[in-house]
Amino acid sequence: MSETYPTTWRRPPQIIRSARWRYAVQLGIAIYLALALGTIEVDWGRVADGLARGQRFAAGFLQPDFVSRWADISRGLIESLTMTLTSTVVGVLISIPVGIGAAANLVPAPVYFVCRGIIAVSRALQEVIIAIFLVAMFGFGPFAGFLTLSFATIGFLAKLLADDIEEIEPGQVEAVRATGASWTQLVNYAVQPQVMPRLIGLSLYRLDINFRESAVIGIVGAGGIGATLNTAIDRYEYDSAGAILLLIIGIVMIAEYGSSYLRKFLQ
Amino acid sequence: MTAHDYPEVWQRRTPRARLVQWMGWLCLVALFVWCWQVMTANTIWAFVTDAPRQAADIGSRMWPLEWGYVPELLLPLWDTINIATLGTIGGVAMAFPIAFLAARNTTPSAMILRPIALFIIVASRSINSLIWALLLVAIIGPGLLAGIVAIALRSIGFVGKLLYEAIEETDARQVEAVEATGASGLQVLSYGIIPQIMPAFWGISVFRWDINIRESTILGLVGAGGIGLKLNASINTLSWDEVAVILLLILGTVVVSEWVSAKLRRAII
Repeated sequence: MSETYPTTWRRPPQIIRSARWRYAVQLGIAIYLALALGTIEVDWGRVADGLARGQRFAAGFLQPDFVSRWADISRGLIESLTMTLTSTVVGVLISIPVGIGAAANLVPAPVYFVCRGIIAVSRALQEVIIAIFLVAMFGFGPFAGFLTLSFATIGFLAKLLADDIEEIEPGQVEAVRATGASWTQLVNYAVQPQVMPRLIGLSLYRLDINFRESAVIGIVGAGGIGATLNTAIDRYEYDSAGAILLLIIGIVMIAEYGSSYLRKFLQ
Repeated sequence: MTAHDYPEVWQRRTPRARLVQWMGWLCLVALFVWCWQVMTANTIWAFVTDAPRQAADIGSRMWPLEWGYVPELLLPLWDTINIATLGTIGGVAMAFPIAFLAARNTTPSAMILRPIALFIIVASRSINSLIWALLLVAIIGPGLLAGIVAIALRSIGFVGKLLYEAIEETDARQVEAVEATGASGLQVLSYGIIPQIMPAFWGISVFRWDINIRESTILGLVGAGGIGLKLNASINTLSWDEVAVILLLILGTVVVSEWVSAKLRRAII
C-alpha cells in the first residue's frame, strides 16, 4: 500500500489558527495603520532643516563638552543624586507599613482596602504629572522632586512587597504564632526574614529607577539634572547636552551593575 | 557530659553580626542626613509651608469639572494612541534584530557586534522617552513624528533586553535538530529559534504598548503631540478645571489599555 506524502511542508499558523480570523485581524491591522499613518502630518522641509541640527547633536554626542557648563552640570547631578537617595529612603520607610497593610494574609479587610487604594492612586499617576502638581504647590526645586519620587516609590515598592508577603511560607507564620507571639512579633520573626532579601533587592532597584526619573522630572521644574539638560537643549548647546546624556547613561550603568552585584552579595 | 553555657535570652544574630548591621544602618542614616542637608540647602521653606493652602486653592479651582472640554480632547487622544502604537511597532521592529545580535547564542560576533548591541540597549533604557522627545522636538520639529520616534527609541532597550534574554533561554536541542537537517543559518533562526520566542515576543510587545500608552500621554509637554499638548496648554493658562478633566481622561485610557493588554497577554501565553 503506497501513501503519497506531500513534497513540501508549510509551517502551521502559530497564534490564530482559524484562517477567517487571521484574515480579519490582518485586515483590521491594515485599516488601522492606514488611518493612523494618515493622521501624521510631517513637515518635510522642517525635518530637512532639522537634520543639520541632528548632525550637530550627533557631533556633540561624540565630542561631549563637560567643561564649559561644568558648574551647572555638577549642581544638577548633586541635586539628582541627593534627591534619589533621600526619596528612596523615605519612600521605602513609608511603603513598608503600607505594604504590610496591603497583604491580605496579615491584616483585616478594611486596612487592606485602604492600603491597596493608596497603592492604586500612587501607581496610576505618572511621575511627571505628580511633579507638575507638586511644583505648583511647593515651588520649583529639588524638594518638589524629592516628594514626587517618594510618592512614586510608595506605589511601586508597597505593591511588590505586599504581593511578596502574600506568597510567603504559611508554615513559618503558623509556627511562630503557635509560640503565642503577638502580631508585631509575628511580623518581625515570621514575615520579615522571608521578605527581607527581596525588599533590599527591590529598594536597590528602585534607587536605580529613581535616578532615571530624577533626570525627567527636572523638565517640569522639579530640580535635578533634567533641568540642566532642558536648559542646555533650549540654548542649542548640544555638546553640553551630549555630555549630560553620557553622564546619565554612565551613572545608570554603574547603578545597574552595582545594584545587581550588591543584590547577589546580600542574598 | 559537657556543660554548655546557653544564654538566657535567645538572639537571632551573633553579637558580631549585630554590630556590623548596626554600623551599616548608621552609615545609611548619616548618608541620608547629609544628602538631605545638601538637597534642601536652597529650598525656600516659606513655599513649602505654604503648600497646603496652595493645594486647597488648586483643588477648589478644579471644581466644577469642565466637561464641555471633552469633545475637543478626542482628537488629541486618538493622536496619543497612534503615537504609542506606531512607536511600539517601530521600536519592536528595531529591537528584533538587535536582540539577535545581543543574545550570546545567536550573535554573529561576540567581540564587536554584541557589545555594540548591548550598549544600544542600555543607552535606550537609561534615557526616558520624555528626554528623547525633548531632543527630537529640537531636531525634527514639534509634532506626532517626534513623539513616535521618541517612543520607538525608548522601546528598543526594553523590548531588546527582554527578547535577548528569551533568546538565550531557548532550548538548544531544537536548534540542533534543525541544524541536523542541513538548514542554513537563517533557516535555523526561522525554524529553530523564532517559534520558541514567539509567545515571549508578543507578550513583551503588548506589555510595552501598554507602558507606551502611559508614556505618550505626557510627551506633549515638550511639544511632541497628543493629549499632553492640551495638558500643557491648560496648565500654562492655570485652568485647573480643564487639567482635571484631562487627567481623568488619561487615567481612563491607562486603565482601559492595561485591561486590554492583560487580556491579550493571557490569550497569547
